[in-house]
Amino acid sequence: MYGKGLRPLSIATVAMLALSLSLVFFYAPLDADQGFVQKIFYLHVPLAIVALMGFVVGGAFAIAHLRSGNRKWDAYSYVSIHMSVIFGVAVLVTGGIWAKASWGHWWVWDEPTLVSFLIVFLMYATYYPFRYAIEDPERQARYASVFAITAGAFVPLNFMAVRMAESLVHPRTFATANGGLPGEMMFVFLCSLATMALLWVTLVKFELTAKSASGQVKRLRRALDAPAPGAGSRIAPEVS
Amino acid sequence: MIDLLAATPALPLDEAGKYVAGAYVVFLVLIVVYVAIMAAKLQRIERELRELAGFAEQRKQEEEREEVSA
Repeated sequence: MYGKGLRPLSIATVAMLALSLSLVFFYAPLDADQGFVQKIFYLHVPLAIVALMGFVVGGAFAIAHLRSGNRKWDAYSYVSIHMSVIFGVAVLVTGGIWAKASWGHWWVWDEPTLVSFLIVFLMYATYYPFRYAIEDPERQARYASVFAITAGAFVPLNFMAVRMAESLVHPRTFATANGGLPGEMMFVFLCSLATMALLWVTLVKFELTAKSASGQVKRLRRALDAPAPGAGSRIAPEVS
Repeated sequence: MIDLLAATPALPLDEAGKYVAGAYVVFLVLIVVYVAIMAAKLQRIERELRELAGFAEQRKQEEEREEVSA
């Protein structure tokens, strides 16, 4: 069920990745201020936006779970947050590399944008032990949904607070009405953003398909009364 | 392919080149590691399915044998 349309989606993602990389390196003009190192912008910023949006989407799925009681939404919420945490790792690493190249430091502690993203990332890193600590699957799903909604609401609030704070060195991407970017750069940036969003959707679908297959194998094993191969994951919810 | 590569403009790979390459390589490595983990998971599911198919087949044969002997 979840695997339906995965192949065309994967092909579209690979094609978009190739197109975006080509545009970044061969079409987007060099930044007058930062030069070639600004190319990291087309990777780092879309990854950050998609990761943060993914956390909010995870919260929206959690609302659907609490409203309907359907465990499917809890699995969606879990996978969305899981994928956004992976994207978050990429954001922190690519951001560190960009910071080192631009400012000469891997990390700047008095910069609100960096520290706020780290806080959001660490908050979501606690989602796994939080889930793992609860054994009863129903309670686990319910509490994880409450966590996802609360943390998901914190993400836009945190984003707005950072925008209002005075930046020391970190640039503001959409500082003006036209985004603060020349037309060609903006076009490449939007392509990169669409690519990262597509990659996120594809990987979420991929993960859900694998979880669904794993869940069906478990049910088949129970139906056949076959011996279990070993303990499964207690964290990840099953998908029907 | 060689003609295409020759036609593309040269990248200004100076001091910044290693940082840009590093950032994009980290991203690609993360994706590759994730896909490798998923591939391992899918292999495990496939193996379990094979085991279950064998188990079901064995049980069917046992039931048929019991019917014949009865």
